[in-house]
Amino acid sequence: MKNEIDFLLHLADNALIIGHRNSEWCGHGPILEQDIAITNIALDYIGQARNFYQHAAELINQQPTNISVTLTGNDMVLPATEDSLAYLRDVREFKNLLITEIPNGDWAQTTLRLFLLSTFQLQLFTQLLQHSDTQVAAIAEKSIKEVSYHLKWSQDWVLRLGDGTEESKQRMQTAIENIWAYTGELFIQPEFATAACLNYSAIQTAWNQKVSAVFEEAGLSIPPKTFVQKGGANGMHTEHLGYILAEMQYLQRAYPNSEW
Amino acid sequence: MVNNSIATNAIWKILETVKDPEVPVLSVVDLGVIRAVALEEQRVTVTITPTYTGCPAMDMISMHIKMALNAAGYQTTIQTVLSPAWTTDWMTENGKQQLKAYGIAPPMGKSFDQAYLDNLIVPCPQCNSTHTVLVSQFGSTACKALYKCEECKEPFDYFKCH
Repeated sequence: MKNEIDFLLHLADNALIIGHRNSEWCGHGPILEQDIAITNIALDYIGQARNFYQHAAELINQQPTNISVTLTGNDMVLPATEDSLAYLRDVREFKNLLITEIPNGDWAQTTLRLFLLSTFQLQLFTQLLQHSDTQVAAIAEKSIKEVSYHLKWSQDWVLRLGDGTEESKQRMQTAIENIWAYTGELFIQPEFATAACLNYSAIQTAWNQKVSAVFEEAGLSIPPKTFVQKGGANGMHTEHLGYILAEMQYLQRAYPNSEW
Repeated sequence: MVNNSIATNAIWKILETVKDPEVPVLSVVDLGVIRAVALEEQRVTVTITPTYTGCPAMDMISMHIKMALNAAGYQTTIQTVLSPAWTTDWMTENGKQQLKAYGIAPPMGKSFDQAYLDNLIVPCPQCNSTHTVLVSQFGSTACKALYKCEECKEPFDYFKCH
């Protein structure tokens, strides 16, 4: 059960952190329509995060207390809730992939990151449809519909910028070089990802095919093999996550239990 | 048994008066989010399914359902299920017509046909011209895309197939 809970927290943290990053564009998008698009995508992710946290909280609360405490960190208040899991865990307890927490950069880097991540998520969630826990399968089923639109939208931007002006192409190529070191981690199966339906090498194969096809169409190139940044699933993060949590968790830490 | 089905029908009638706060011409029944209604004496359990996981209207919809049924004297419990996932295929014909009359182009195609992810030709809800262009996959809410009519020059929302 600990593995399943950790895996749910991993999925929830991925969704929360990428949702938070995308929401940073609110009011700053290149044009109004795209500002609205990315904030709507952010909202989808916060919704996914809520579903995964709610289910994780349910499972945590079914465990004996000593186990719940090790699962969630020492400053946790039990029973766990979606809010306590999002707002009261510290950096080392977060299990999100590093690619979700690195800064947005420019529009090219933001849309490229979303393209690379949603290509991965579409494959992962499709496998989760076979998960033995029907609630996990149900959340995956729901999320696939949303991720399909995120993928479509972000892919259009990779094509538009890659196959656009000299400057837009340069920006997209630079974004690829900035992000590439964080893509290898997508395919490292976390220790707690023990569900029988998971096959990370199949995800990698499908991901490579999709990304190569879109890059080729956009006239972009994949960098040569590079160092892989990893550790997010084990709580080893970049320096950026702490800043995100500081901003996101400040209110709950300073004024515990405050509500809208 | 007969009485129970009459009573259940009465609840569906009440639910038809509860509107989607974002699209106030569409009732929650037309929207297809009501999956089941169970009645036991004066206690009602309404099973709903969210349109989008992050849709802020869902909390309001639950609250409005509760308020409408409580006002009619029922004790109400709302149960949320995720599977089967909501699809625009569940939107009623009446709902689609209401949307169009309101100025929102209703969803086209069926959700099992992934062709909806390609850019469709969506007729303008104002002038019915098919000479329209996609402006953004995401409009004023996650469930809508933004289009522009090249004929009457009006921008319009399209309720995406989902």
